[in-house]
Amino acid sequence: MIRLEKRLEPSKLMTAVTPVIAVILAMILGGLMFAMLGKPPLDAIRMIFWEPIFGEFAFFYRSQVLIKAAPLIIIATGLSFGFRAGIWNIGAEGQYIIGAICGAAVALAFYPLESRFIFPLMLAAGLLGGFAWAMIPGVLKNRFKTNEILVSLMLVYVATSILTAVSQGILRNPEGHGFPGSRNLQQYPSAANLELIPNTGLHLGVIAALLIVVVTHFFMRTHILGFQVKITGEAPRAARFSGIAPDKVVYICLGISGASAGLAGVLEVAGPAGQITSSFHSGYGFTAIVVAYLGRLNALGILLSGLLLALTYIGGEIVQQELKIPSSSMQAFQGMMLFFLLATDLFITYRIKLGVKK
Amino acid sequence: MSDALLTIKDVTKAYPGVVANDAVSFDIGQGEVHALLGENGAGKSTLVKIIYGLVKPDRGEMVFAGAPFAPAEPRVARAAGVGMVFQHFSLFDALTVAENIALGMENPPAQSDLASQISEVSQAYGLPLDPWRTVGSLSAGERQRVEIIRCLLQDPKLLIMDEPTSVLTPQEVEILFTTLRQLKSEGTSILYISHKLEEIRTLCDTATILRRGQKVATCTPAETTARALAEMMVGASFEAPQKQTGKVGEVGLEVCGLSMPALDTFGTALKGVNFSVRAGEVLGLGGVAGNGQDELLSALSGERTSASNMVQMGGQDIGHFGPVDRRALGLFSAPEERLGHAAAPNMSLIENALMTGAKRQSLVRNGFVNWSKTKGFTEEIIARFDVRTPSAGNAARSLSGGNLQKFVIGREVLQNPDVLVVNQPTWGVDAAAAAAIRQALLDLASQGAAIIVISQDLDELLEISDRFGALNAGVLSDIVPTADLSLDQIGLMMGGATPQEEVQ
Repeated sequence: MIRLEKRLEPSKLMTAVTPVIAVILAMILGGLMFAMLGKPPLDAIRMIFWEPIFGEFAFFYRSQVLIKAAPLIIIATGLSFGFRAGIWNIGAEGQYIIGAICGAAVALAFYPLESRFIFPLMLAAGLLGGFAWAMIPGVLKNRFKTNEILVSLMLVYVATSILTAVSQGILRNPEGHGFPGSRNLQQYPSAANLELIPNTGLHLGVIAALLIVVVTHFFMRTHILGFQVKITGEAPRAARFSGIAPDKVVYICLGISGASAGLAGVLEVAGPAGQITSSFHSGYGFTAIVVAYLGRLNALGILLSGLLLALTYIGGEIVQQELKIPSSSMQAFQGMMLFFLLATDLFITYRIKLGVKK
Repeated sequence: MSDALLTIKDVTKAYPGVVANDAVSFDIGQGEVHALLGENGAGKSTLVKIIYGLVKPDRGEMVFAGAPFAPAEPRVARAAGVGMVFQHFSLFDALTVAENIALGMENPPAQSDLASQISEVSQAYGLPLDPWRTVGSLSAGERQRVEIIRCLLQDPKLLIMDEPTSVLTPQEVEILFTTLRQLKSEGTSILYISHKLEEIRTLCDTATILRRGQKVATCTPAETTARALAEMMVGASFEAPQKQTGKVGEVGLEVCGLSMPALDTFGTALKGVNFSVRAGEVLGLGGVAGNGQDELLSALSGERTSASNMVQMGGQDIGHFGPVDRRALGLFSAPEERLGHAAAPNMSLIENALMTGAKRQSLVRNGFVNWSKTKGFTEEIIARFDVRTPSAGNAARSLSGGNLQKFVIGREVLQNPDVLVVNQPTWGVDAAAAAAIRQALLDLASQGAAIIVISQDLDELLEISDRFGALNAGVLSDIVPTADLSLDQIGLMMGGATPQEEVQ
């Protein structure tokens, strides 16, 4: 008989290896699923994980992986604060959209003026926009005890509607022949977030992602705030006893996650996306939740999981083109990875005991 | 023994890392009150759960009323005639007494029939109880009666009682003992679990003593001394705390008309609590659980704030201060619940030391934690308070109750508090650790700290406190010097006979 036994201490080894196990299990089950669809499973898996980095067109795909990974890592790192403290910001997508709109609005307000102050102003506007959008669930939670999960999630739909409205209204390109969407910021040198080295995908967002990961990693370990966030999530009553005001933690966590989502949004709109359109939002804010958990809410883990998820996105596009695997089964595959990750979580606090129980 | 109702033979049960019961054998006679005695973690609960069908033993057998007995679940045990009153009640606050009892029955009769049965039994055994009362409005003693009557309705041959007096006032204990003696005279056997030795000596015919899962002895408690029983239980002789009469100094903490609403429906509001405690003095606050102890602790620790002048320290109004500011002034506290309140279970002892030590120990500079200094502070607590742990990096959860409690008390004591408030400092702690904790509190008082001990353990309060008061429904009684008190008086105070408001 198989039994589960609670460990005295959470296992550090399992914390590190379970993500790998989860990915391998997803490969096996995903392969099975591809086989049942009549596609060659090994080819599919190889295309997803190998092709984008080492394949024939890797020079192109690699930059795509970086471009996809950067916003995921930035948003997920911000979210990890709240998730550690038990504050569930599910609305990073909305904060990302608002950040992008605010940043783009600043740029468009100055157009066609050229100045090196414009880009920093855009970044500030993006950060503040995301921050302010995340403060809505924060204030409502602290004042009226509303549930931040619901409020932040519903604000995503509000943000999406605002996005549609501004891309057809106030931010629409006056020279765009009536098409919805703003001017393309990539063609506005003062506002563009261009590749630092051509054809590498290396833009400011990638640098920002790395910087945020390193700073967060250091900060969580050494700053009292990291401790306060952790203990609030682990034992709320103990946190209160220790003297941490729960309201403050709510504001800090939502603020950090909102500001980082906003930053990701402005970097995206000024860079890879280029313009505000009604289809600007691409689900980064939601996928970042997966990235945060896949990375165990640890900054370095998030760096790896962000890259991994970006890889499966790009790889997923390749198999969709090459093997005509439907996009929904790629989503199912990504779902499997999260599922197995959560399932293997169990082994951090429990161990399996084989043997007959009398 | 031929007249044994229950024979337990070689019962063994192992859990990961610990053998809870190691080949335990003894008999419970017909109409006998049999004590099961042992420290926390000695294996009493496991053994009782085996008898009640909640836990399956790894080995061993039992014979009940002449037939082999291996209950797979409590229902089987109940059907055979075993009833059990747990230490922690399983009652629904929002339902009536009769509804609660009906919930535990296989085929409950109509509510009115059941109610008359309940009244009948409660009168027959001297346990007054109104079947139509809502359980949420009952005192702990009355709730226990619900559990006892629930068992008696099934007409049990063996009644198991797990630490029944821990929630009772001395008067309620007397009522309970009368009931138990009546049951015994009717031929019902009682398995009585406790670590209160005097109680066992007055009530029980036989006592089986467990230590670390093994049976140490079966003896007749009336023929032995409480000290001998204690030493068998602990396996060593230990020092009783020594009180040094130090000088009583200035008022350390003063509470004036402290009122605070209850946190939830079944919490207790504090109503006009007044007291002061002087440097070098131990103030003991007794009372049955749920009479405002938790609320008082959180009002003193700063987790809940009040009007600024309701709590005063050294002439300064601090009622509006949070925990951090109070600690900075030298007011420290240790809540009752170790895991989740006084300590974060999954975090290391080092992180737990940071929890309250951050400011006074200067463990944080410019917002950054000095982890090596924090580790040093943790190791000092571990060394000075004999906390048994493999390392300072272990999670709080991995420590035994006694060791974690020593850590929690040590963390506060080592910060040289001017005022220390502790709630249930030795609850669920083994005798040796309890003695060490009490000694530490007394030492701290003799060094000039003002100490408030909130506890439900009267023996503890009588042992260490200079003055005594009792909480009843959020109202604090008069504070009386402990030396002048009799148990009867204490019982009356706990029952709310002399509320402070009337006196003033």
